[in-house]
Amino acid sequence: MAVSTDRKQLDARALRGDFPIFEQLIHGKPLAYLDSANSSQKPRQVIDAMTTFYETSYANVHRAVHVLGERATAGLEGAREKVRSFVNAPDVREVVFVRNATEALNLVAYSWGGNNLGPGDAVVVTELEHHSNFVPWQYIARRQGAEFIMLPLDENYEVDLSGLDEIARDHNVKVVATNLVSNSLGTIADIGPLTRWAHEQGAIFVCDAAQAAPHMRVDVQALDCDFLAISGHKMCGPSGIGVLWGRGALLQAMEPFLLGGHMINSVRYEKTTWGELPHKFEAGTAPITEAVGMGAAVDYLEAAGLDAIEAHEHELAAYALTRLAEVPDIALYGPPADRRAGVVSFNLGDIHPHDVAQILDRQGVAIRAGHHCCQPLMHKLGVAATNRASFYLYTVPEEIDQLVDGLHTVRKVFA
Amino acid sequence: MNEFEQMYREVILDHYKNPRGHGVMEEADAEAEGQNPLCGDEVSIYVAFGDDGETIDEVKFSGRGCAISQAATSMLTEMVHGRTATEVAVLDKDELLEEIGIPLTPVRLKCAMLGLTTLKIALHRAKGTPLPEGIGDLEIS
Repeated sequence: MAVSTDRKQLDARALRGDFPIFEQLIHGKPLAYLDSANSSQKPRQVIDAMTTFYETSYANVHRAVHVLGERATAGLEGAREKVRSFVNAPDVREVVFVRNATEALNLVAYSWGGNNLGPGDAVVVTELEHHSNFVPWQYIARRQGAEFIMLPLDENYEVDLSGLDEIARDHNVKVVATNLVSNSLGTIADIGPLTRWAHEQGAIFVCDAAQAAPHMRVDVQALDCDFLAISGHKMCGPSGIGVLWGRGALLQAMEPFLLGGHMINSVRYEKTTWGELPHKFEAGTAPITEAVGMGAAVDYLEAAGLDAIEAHEHELAAYALTRLAEVPDIALYGPPADRRAGVVSFNLGDIHPHDVAQILDRQGVAIRAGHHCCQPLMHKLGVAATNRASFYLYTVPEEIDQLVDGLHTVRKVFA
Repeated sequence: MNEFEQMYREVILDHYKNPRGHGVMEEADAEAEGQNPLCGDEVSIYVAFGDDGETIDEVKFSGRGCAISQAATSMLTEMVHGRTATEVAVLDKDELLEEIGIPLTPVRLKCAMLGLTTLKIALHRAKGTPLPEGIGDLEIS
């Protein structure tokens, strides 16, 4: 096989044509959708895959003898294999469909943490976590009598690793949980030192990749993590579907999370035994069509090229940082463009983000305003909220121009 | 009137930039702190009653939030002055909304109600009356 050295280029303008949402005006203006880190828009390919599945192949999976049941099962399991390949998991049975990354992280916290944490043990997270990778650990640690430790951010808002030796000396660290890309600052974490440290402590490393998987190649083997959580809706797939990947041996040894139909081997009055992986963790009827949609989203991202998407976002981040710096009174948060995914958080003087976002909305610009489910970080920044513009493979520089023009209008209204 | 003036009419911006009753009361007869969990906005409300222990003599507020939440709370301090605690504890929210006088989306409605809901909670607490159900999606401390 010939090896091509050509790096795939991303044509955002062409890809944008795949997204029907852009075929409308918002308040009479072209839509500048700069809220993809919140949730991404969906290409026609994903919408069509789900519609076609409903129209031709839908039934419940795994237990129907009829042909539709077979088609539906093939659709679900085909999607599982696509996700396995997408995250480079060694075994498709390690790919568990859940509702979203939050549910994936709760599954690990309850099923692994609930049976392996106790007094004297510690769970370590960072100050940069989304609440989904913070609150479940805080809760389960407290419930199990274990310590909950937050690695602080330094003055550059990078995770400060200087306290690791002290933590290792004083605690039996059992879990280290961090994100791969920060949803609020866009920081791409260098998790290598933390995974190595976690494994030296005999701890599991749990990676929240909800914000990373849409934007860059995520390889569970290269990352050397033990669990990894992703959400379909952030990567061009539908909402209501996410994936937990876990090492097979860990998943095998764990108790189930949700109990009921489909997850059993046998049920007797005296005793119930659990099904094989991944079914042990997939109680009840799965989000079948959503899984098919997530599979189609994986196909879409692979066709565009993850490396090309990442390069495109770095370019947009660099352009946005340059253009936004022209706006008077703006405060920009986070690392330089080459170390961030397509996310820029900022504040405009002392104008509250809600007011900024509302005036931008009237100009067709959709951004997120709020705490981004990162209240510990907001506390660190000393603000209640920030504005966040986030980009994706369909984002074009004109949308960033529209944002900058809009911010000038915001300043006029509040002058 | 252009579209932004409809959203942020003069009186809103005036209350936002020059909030009435802004500050802290050291020895309040009623007080509460409310947070909007959606956006993290916070407001603390302090009330001083008159000699009858019922008439609202003064309302102060502190905290941080958007123009809508701050202006609405500022307007509220003027609106309830001289009225009774019992009356204000069940004040119809439409009275405040009419005063604000701009169309609000569901999310912004929560901003506008932050001060009023917190004030009602402070008054119910001071009077020892039970909080009505569904008074608002606030974190109260």
